[in-house]
Amino acid sequence: MSQLDFSVVFDNLPYLWQGLRFSLLLTAVAFAAGMVLGTGLALLQHLEVPVGAQLARGYVALIRSIPLILVLFWFFFLVPLMLGALMNGGRPMPIGGVWTAFITFSLFEAAYYSEIIRVGLRSVSKGQYEAAQALSLSTYKTYRFVILPQVVRVTSPIILNQTIILFQDTSLVYVLSLTDLVGAASKLAQLNGRLVEMYLAVAAVYLVICCTASQLVAYLRRRTQLNQNR
Amino acid sequence: MNMHLPTPRLAGPAQAEPAIVLEGVTKFYGGFRALNHVDLEVARGETVIICGPSGSGKSTLIRCLNRIETHDRGRIVVNGHELTDALKDIAAVRREVGMVFQSFNLFPHLTILENCMLAPVQARGISRREARETAMHFLSKVRIPDQAGKYPGQLSGGQQQRVAIARALCMRPQVMLFDEPTSALDPEMVKEVLDTMVGLAGEGMTMVCVTHEMGFAREVADRVVFMDKGAVVEQDTPERFFSAPASERAREFLRQVIH
Repeated sequence: MSQLDFSVVFDNLPYLWQGLRFSLLLTAVAFAAGMVLGTGLALLQHLEVPVGAQLARGYVALIRSIPLILVLFWFFFLVPLMLGALMNGGRPMPIGGVWTAFITFSLFEAAYYSEIIRVGLRSVSKGQYEAAQALSLSTYKTYRFVILPQVVRVTSPIILNQTIILFQDTSLVYVLSLTDLVGAASKLAQLNGRLVEMYLAVAAVYLVICCTASQLVAYLRRRTQLNQNR
Repeated sequence: MNMHLPTPRLAGPAQAEPAIVLEGVTKFYGGFRALNHVDLEVARGETVIICGPSGSGKSTLIRCLNRIETHDRGRIVVNGHELTDALKDIAAVRREVGMVFQSFNLFPHLTILENCMLAPVQARGISRREARETAMHFLSKVRIPDQAGKYPGQLSGGQQQRVAIARALCMRPQVMLFDEPTSALDPEMVKEVLDTMVGLAGEGMTMVCVTHEMGFAREVADRVVFMDKGAVVEQDTPERFFSAPASERAREFLRQVIH
């Protein structure tokens, strides 16, 4: 067995960095869009909005029962066909791997975030809503200033946890021939015949990022526990 | 049956129109009749204490007065606004009526000062500067201005309840509702909250208070309303209610409360 030689990693840092940047960008986009959408889905259910609540429940149940990779394939192959049928006289309209990834991850994560937020909404006591009502705050302002800030506080460790999983899942864009960190490493590994070094290096990067994030989760947990006594 | 004895403390034209009028108010929880044809009037400046055994509808009644609960039949008019489904009247009543809850219900993520400023700024459209001045004024009045920067979790129960009173007062209400304000407190903290309420009653605030504190009732009430099984059984001045209750149910209740 040949000796480990990590020079291949250091020689190709710019390319690997480019891959990592895409992973981080995808995580950030899916987090932001997923949170906005997820909050909406959770509120639809929490407020029991007619029709909206049922649709939200169905959507969340559907997405959560399907593997992410399947959703990616659907989007990549089916959406161009649908768009083509609607707007292009039957000829498929490809939306490209990058847009597929952004949209799919956002929609997918929204379902998971919405479940976390929904539980968070239920954890806020009825008295908080009543106090806001008694103070003449509108429903919008009640959620904006009283309820949601408390939900964010309670759920932030779990939200961050889910985002760590999301970051790891971004490696699935490999199937769309996009070059994230794993994709970049894999190409370099095969080009140079240095699979072990490359995959060890990538694992180390994931380890560092996710451990740092986990520390943050632990910190947030402690902080929310301290604030629990009201 | 019902002895009606309005004994308002304030004289003058303001008392012409009562602060609160209830006519035949009935409310159901499913098949359970929580309120049974309640008639009640509260004059301006009057302090009315509502008492009765648990499950008698006291809390339900007081919570109907700012429509945290909705009544099914009858009329409720508060400060000239009739409470119906009309959102405008509900908002008006809630702006003009303050409420203090058994479990304080301060907003745990906001400081004491922010708790007192939120509704005046967001629901009344008052400037932040003015809201801060008002908040500090009322926090001084309940004698905790030095805690303004702390969070509710850092305060004792008695302090939290006094903040809750200050928070309600910051909306400059004309009527204050108290729903068992001392029931969740440790015994040694009851007095500081009651003292605050005595002060408020002395200033002529219209108050409706559900409480088991009979000593407090004797001291500040203009009128005691006794409820049982969702109905007003009798109402009288505290002197007469405590010394010679008219109904057997009230006598029974007083025997249990005052040992």
